[in-house]
Amino acid sequence: MSEADRTVLSMRDVKKNFGPVAALKNMRLEVRPGRVHTILGENGAGKSTLMKILVGVHPPTEGRMELDGQPYLPQNPTEASQRGLAIVFQELSLCNNLSVAENIMATHEPARYGFINDRKLRQQAAELVANLGLPVNVDAKVGQLSIAQRQLVEIAKGLSHPAKVLILDEPTSSLSDSEAEILFGIIARLKARGTAIIYISHRMEEIMRLSDDITVIRDGEYVTTRAREDTTIEELIALMVGRRMDEIYPPALEPLPGLSTAPVLQVSGLTRAGEFDDVTFDLCPGEIHGFFGLVGSGRSEVMSALFGMREAQGEIRVDGRAVRFRNAADAIKAGIGFVTENRKEEGLVLGAALRTNISAAAIPAFTGRAGFMNFGAERRAALAEVQRLAIRTNSLDTLAGTLSGGNQQKVVLAKWLLTRPRVLILDEPTRGVDVGAKFEIYRIIRQLASEGTAILMVSSELPEVLGLADRVSIMAGGRITATVAGTDLTPERVMAYATGTLK
Amino acid sequence: MTQTPDPITASQGHRLRALMLQYGGILLALVLLCVIFTALNGRFMTVANLTNILQQVAVVAIAAFGMTWVILLGEIDLSIGSIIAVAGMVGALALGFGFVPALLLTLAAGALMGAINGVLTAKLMLPSFIVTVATMGIYRGLVSLPTNGAPAMIADPAWLAIGAGTFLGLPIIIWIVLVLFVFNHILLSRTTFGRRTYLTGGNREAALYSGIKVDRLKIAIFTLSGVMAAVAGILLSSRLYSAQTNAGMSYELDAIAAAVLGGTSLAGGVGTMVGTLIGALIIGVMNNGMNMLSVPYFYQLIVKGLVILIAVWLDVRAKQRRA
Repeated sequence: MSEADRTVLSMRDVKKNFGPVAALKNMRLEVRPGRVHTILGENGAGKSTLMKILVGVHPPTEGRMELDGQPYLPQNPTEASQRGLAIVFQELSLCNNLSVAENIMATHEPARYGFINDRKLRQQAAELVANLGLPVNVDAKVGQLSIAQRQLVEIAKGLSHPAKVLILDEPTSSLSDSEAEILFGIIARLKARGTAIIYISHRMEEIMRLSDDITVIRDGEYVTTRAREDTTIEELIALMVGRRMDEIYPPALEPLPGLSTAPVLQVSGLTRAGEFDDVTFDLCPGEIHGFFGLVGSGRSEVMSALFGMREAQGEIRVDGRAVRFRNAADAIKAGIGFVTENRKEEGLVLGAALRTNISAAAIPAFTGRAGFMNFGAERRAALAEVQRLAIRTNSLDTLAGTLSGGNQQKVVLAKWLLTRPRVLILDEPTRGVDVGAKFEIYRIIRQLASEGTAILMVSSELPEVLGLADRVSIMAGGRITATVAGTDLTPERVMAYATGTLK
Repeated sequence: MTQTPDPITASQGHRLRALMLQYGGILLALVLLCVIFTALNGRFMTVANLTNILQQVAVVAIAAFGMTWVILLGEIDLSIGSIIAVAGMVGALALGFGFVPALLLTLAAGALMGAINGVLTAKLMLPSFIVTVATMGIYRGLVSLPTNGAPAMIADPAWLAIGAGTFLGLPIIIWIVLVLFVFNHILLSRTTFGRRTYLTGGNREAALYSGIKVDRLKIAIFTLSGVMAAVAGILLSSRLYSAQTNAGMSYELDAIAAAVLGGTSLAGGVGTMVGTLIGALIIGVMNNGMNMLSVPYFYQLIVKGLVILIAVWLDVRAKQRRA
């Protein structure tokens, strides 16, 4: 048998129940050395359960696993790592108060009688970092590193044990393109050494580039395994969501609505030192106006200034009247809604009920006599939004934190729709949302625009901007470098403006 | 498939179950304590003694109502005990102007001291823990200024009636607790002010983006806490017939204990006035029961500490299991 046909890790008919809930039903997996095996599935399909079984966090309810031909049933993560499984988690598990070296060598510091040999520790960590080609100083405190650097440290930590199988859980989610390249380089080197890699990601282009094998799972069930050469992005998405998606982006209504009517929002010369400069654009009812730019181009800062959360020079007009927002309440009163970028940080109160979250920005609308809440009206309104956006829940009293990412994002949308905004700002509206929910959110955005809501959509996903926006303003270095529409809306042109090669 | 949420019955059908889940544990603890003390001392379960417990617990309960607001916001107010003492002193001295002016001046002093806590916390962005540790000392020092540390005696019959009088067969002090409980409970659970408090305590950033004026809310709540402490100070001075410079010492800890026993989360966003009232009653029953059994004071401290630890641990465990 040749090396490439050998299986290093296999799972057969693995089941996992949590009480009455079946998280995994019939999982199958064959991982071969020196190959990247991607696991593809929507949020909630069972990927994390699968990982946790592999690294010994949860035992499987049923089924067999083998590692190097030996039965494999790790009782805890320590045993898994001793058998040669390493994992790099998506959530950062580093200690910010310790140095890079201390983090990398955590739990297996070179020590005698409990005293750590600092010199050896630094040396081993430095070797590992150099070996992986990471641009990180091992003496730096992790707290001082950027999120991307921390992700790289996390990977080094995962590899500080010799590993036969390395699991990477969405390793590029916080990396820039150049940092992702470093990671891809590491993966290539590990492959050459014969390490098997289990790779989890939502980014289809990346998956097609890196993977050798791709296993699709859906609703806890094994769907299929394909070799990369034998499949396409479209086929994988269809397999993953279980239905054909001829139309990821719902078509725009013909003719383009709005652009001829009077603008609802006019911004001119909006400036805030060090963040953005002379931002000028207008927005018409029914228009979807995309804001595209690389991270750090100032898009999110402009949006928060438009919402009264940041002071800025310049002029903002709503319906032709000059306005000045001192806080979010002023902006909301003027008819502006803001679906913020991080739903867990600025969007939701995770420990509060769905109904409370949905009404949070519209409290004045539910204020009865003497400041009493009008609970009946609140419930009816929240229920209407839950039904309109098809939020999957069985009660309005469900805590927001218990919903899936896609549903949480819909709750944030519902909260802003309840304020009946005339201008809705969407900052990365589909971040961290699976493909199915993305589609629904696109449909909602289209629907809102067709009803006359003016939409400002910030996104760093180019296909999303191109697929939805009527016009796109491109930001680079705090300025709008171009506003393009119609046939000029091509990926090449937009990227060229965003990176500053076109001016 | 999407299950249609039922708008009204979804809440009411599960109401009793939800109430039992929320308060079952501490109610059980309260009942258990009463059973134990009744078994050990026949005089515990008498109308006279129960009334006595309510009177003793009044000062802490009222301070705890204010503390609950502050903790709900994710903040803390350690100056409550000192405000209680200042309020008593202001009242005792202002009684020269008559009963009603003294009452108003005392409440105003409480509001001012609370507002100072709030402004320092909200506008200077200082942690409330530090702000109120500082004002705890400052307010405590201020108490002694007018009398050079001596107590101020109170002779005003109306003022003394607050602590000693009865109305419709019930001590006035209990009426005050009940009225303030209902007031705070309704304000918290039925009004937009209460809703904004829960939202801000649950996630300050999200509240800001939802158009809630968080700074203003914070100042209002610290002011409310100051007023509640002032009321507690009035009751205490009335029961002591005097304003003492060390009155209300460490009452903030009892108030925090009552709120936390009642299920208020120190992280903010979770808690109710009903819970706090039950928490205060548990503390009152323990104090009273152990006094009746002549348990030495130092043992009482140990027992109280252990009961708080166990109660909070049981509560945390129950909530984890639910999640």
